Amino acid sequence: MTTAFQKIYTRIDNITKATVTLQASGVGNDELATVGGKLAQVVKIDGDSVTLQVFAGTEGIATSDEVVFHGEPPVLRVGDGLAGRFFNAYGEPLEGGPAPEGEVRQIGGPTVNPFKRLQPSELIATGIAGIDLNNTIVTGQKIPFFADPDQPYNQVMATVALRAQADKIILGGMGLTNDDYLYFKNVFENAGALDRIVSFVNTTENPPVERLLVPDMALTAAEYFAVDKGEKVLVLLTDMTLYADALAIVSNRMDQIPSKDSMPGSLYSDLAKIYEKAVQLPGGGSITIIAVTTLSGGDITHAIPDNTGYITEGQLFLRNDTDTGKVIVDPFRSLSRLKQLVIGKKTREDHPQVMNAAIRLYADAANAKTKLENGFDLSDYDERTLGFAREYSEHLLSIDVNIHIDEMLDTAWRLFAKYFTPAETAIKQELIDKFWQ
Amino acid sequence: MTKGKVSGIVANLVVVKADGPVAQNEICYVKTGGLSLMAEVIKVIGDQAYIQVFDSTRGLSVGAPVEFAGHMLEVTLAPGMLSRSYDGLQNDLEKMSGLFIERGTTTEPIDFSATWEFTPLAKAGDRVVAGWWLGEVPEINLTHKIMVPFTFQGSYTIKSVAPRGTYKVTDTIATLTDAQGNDHNITMVQKWPVKRAVKAYTEKPRPSKVMETGVRAIDTFNPITEGGTGFIPGPFGAGKTVLQHAISKQADADVIMIVACGERANEVVEIFAEFPHLVDPHTGHKLMERTIIICNTSNMPVAAREASVYTGMAIGEYYRAMGLKVLILADSTSRWAQALREMSNRLEELPGQDAFPMDLSAIISNFYSRAGLVYLPNGETGSVTFLGTVSPAGGNLKEPVTESTKKAARCFYALSQSRADSKRYPAIDPLDSYSKYLEYPEVQQYLDTTIESGWVAKVMRGKTLVQRGKEASEQINILGDDGVPVEYHERFWKSELLDFVILQQDAFDSIDAYCRLDRQKYMYNMVLGICEGSFAFDGFEQCAEFFKELINLFKQMNYTEFDSDAFHNYRKQIEAKL
Repeated sequence: MTTAFQKIYTRIDNITKATVTLQASGVGNDELATVGGKLAQVVKIDGDSVTLQVFAGTEGIATSDEVVFHGEPPVLRVGDGLAGRFFNAYGEPLEGGPAPEGEVRQIGGPTVNPFKRLQPSELIATGIAGIDLNNTIVTGQKIPFFADPDQPYNQVMATVALRAQADKIILGGMGLTNDDYLYFKNVFENAGALDRIVSFVNTTENPPVERLLVPDMALTAAEYFAVDKGEKVLVLLTDMTLYADALAIVSNRMDQIPSKDSMPGSLYSDLAKIYEKAVQLPGGGSITIIAVTTLSGGDITHAIPDNTGYITEGQLFLRNDTDTGKVIVDPFRSLSRLKQLVIGKKTREDHPQVMNAAIRLYADAANAKTKLENGFDLSDYDERTLGFAREYSEHLLSIDVNIHIDEMLDTAWRLFAKYFTPAETAIKQELIDKFWQ
Repeated sequence: MTKGKVSGIVANLVVVKADGPVAQNEICYVKTGGLSLMAEVIKVIGDQAYIQVFDSTRGLSVGAPVEFAGHMLEVTLAPGMLSRSYDGLQNDLEKMSGLFIERGTTTEPIDFSATWEFTPLAKAGDRVVAGWWLGEVPEINLTHKIMVPFTFQGSYTIKSVAPRGTYKVTDTIATLTDAQGNDHNITMVQKWPVKRAVKAYTEKPRPSKVMETGVRAIDTFNPITEGGTGFIPGPFGAGKTVLQHAISKQADADVIMIVACGERANEVVEIFAEFPHLVDPHTGHKLMERTIIICNTSNMPVAAREASVYTGMAIGEYYRAMGLKVLILADSTSRWAQALREMSNRLEELPGQDAFPMDLSAIISNFYSRAGLVYLPNGETGSVTFLGTVSPAGGNLKEPVTESTKKAARCFYALSQSRADSKRYPAIDPLDSYSKYLEYPEVQQYLDTTIESGWVAKVMRGKTLVQRGKEASEQINILGDDGVPVEYHERFWKSELLDFVILQQDAFDSIDAYCRLDRQKYMYNMVLGICEGSFAFDGFEQCAEFFKELINLFKQMNYTEFDSDAFHNYRKQIEAKL
């Protein structure tokens, strides 16, 4: 890799767990370097004193080790050869084979001019009613699963990815366990989808700071396919909580003042830079981001899910429903902000009102349940809401549902008619006249 | 001009060794790789200037030349700003070529080659001061006043004013003579440093007129005034942006400034996509024609985020000086506070609460104080109404940005998670929220004459009903349906009626989304009439049944055109039930 113009230094002044500092001149901000054979990036310049963040940690680095500056920030070679391949956080092939060929692009590139964006308007059908009916996802959207670590979020995400009919699926795995990595690989392989998948993976076996490169690598590849090739690209990022943890490690080692929950003060901007790459482009291409943010004990007020929620266009909560014993998409806490752009427009006219009515009635059932738990008698209406809730959960909210949206709406109308009067649903009269079964 | 060289870099904080005088908040340009990156001085120590660069500093190295501009961050004020979309530094986004915003890109904020039909309003010999109207040009649907520049101090005598005719913005349209006898040529363009408040007015009285937003939970329950300030805190998903968009579409203002500050790009795209087609319900013109968008989305440079709110405010003050009603909507001021925090952190300042800078509270109240109703030098009035959202960390309203804003803003629209969870939109909490303006005698008087006598007292009775309904509902939850008298259920259901019919509103329904004041008065009187009547129910189930049917009929009414046959048909059905 070394070329004649690269500057080489052999005297390091300071070494901390994650950074090294040395005297060097003519170094650019964000530039990459190799420190004792390990990849590092310039994070601070003070006169001739340059501080580098060593991705793999500084274990074993000696003050006499060679420091080679690359003269450019991290890059990825983009080309059609990326498809079907698995890479590490640096964009090097994981299972041997030649490095991909193509044009060199800096990762973490500039922002799309908001004025040039198109309004997302294409529905992504997943067959899961908890998503399609209540929280419809649209191309160009960014939405995370908020899930506790024990929930099957990676499985649901893989299902969504395969059903989404995307031209390319880009997997950015951060702190993925080896088992989950193999799971994704198997699922994609068995579905015969490997040729439309590009993966950048940092597993738990790799140093945590390395994973800071993964989202930018994945999104640089995504921008190539979406912008240059006009393709519909779906980016899966799992797990963004581990990404944020790595940010906290770095900021801590750089002596920055932590803000809420020991996270860096720039967490919002750091996460936004990634998620805002989701875009609907004028040329027909799009980048949709589905991410995972694991929670600790369902706490969404923690800085990571909290900042994420303010950036993403909604969030999907998974929950175990004790009534039916199934994993459901929680209708109360889940939200897709872009659903308004398609429901009732790209889907049947009754979609918005049916969705709202069903959720409101499900909420009434939750109230009835509380009453029951507190030992109070249930009214006839309460009883009916409980019956409705059971079937609604089983036939619509459960993640194992796989039906078309029209069928979901028909199912909802059938349940309304079975348990309620039209007035109790409070749906617009003209829709009642047309659809009441 | 002072020059300098880069001597240190941490992210977008750059240290520059300067060779001459440097001013705090002075603008400078860092030259790197053929680009010129704009930056602002935020600290000076000896000959070291600490600057925040409004762009990525990737690849920048020590020794890069820096040129200081000798002025603070300025906006260009001239006809031709309406319906444009700017970034936080007033670059016109529409004029930028390419899909991506490349570093160092700048575009002109207005079209300097365009011509305008000028009509003089002042004549030679007139004594004038800053902000005085010299003439006017038509700008889309507005009459854009050409004013004595805000930077002019003291009084001047007009030497000459250009005759009616067609001029470019850079043509001289008047010559003024100052007290020392020096002449100053005036064009249609002026510049103003955004962080300074425009003071070209004689007096700032208390606001007295209510500004219609078409949102019942605001106009009926907690109205905002022309020249008023308000803020909307709420956890994510509570509907801050939907509410602000609704207000931006419906509010009774001449000019709307939308400042998208550190929020999602797709939300701005929605405005780009919809506003050119949607119609202003007050004038019938296209919404875009009265709108200016300042857009610094969350992935755009952080430092320019802070600038964006000031840019919006300065342009707003400019239009106010023309005697117009300006509404500025900023979403979200928390992102601006976070930008301050990031920079304060890099400067290694001692942090205040949650690592925010110590002077956060002062910065916020200083900013909010720029809004207001003013008497202009010629006796006319103009107003800037400011409504910001706040995104409290963890949805906790006890955090620094919310608390600081609460001290500064007069209206508080708290969005509640529990209302959002039960899809009761807009999720404005009827009990926590307030409008201080309801206590103003001048506002009460205004409502007495424009809506009806004793209106504020009526609103207060509605608030009490909601409060009592909440108490009743708590009792029912503790003691059970049977454990309380039927009268408790009646109280609870009356508050539900008020909630469903008045407080809740479907922002996505073409009719319900916008509710005019006369319609609000009609509906509120009807609902309050029912709530203040008494009923004799046999049991709680009968009571619930009755009110549910009533709510359903009222909702159908909300979905139908005001005063239409269908509307009165539902009204008759309701009256029959009573």
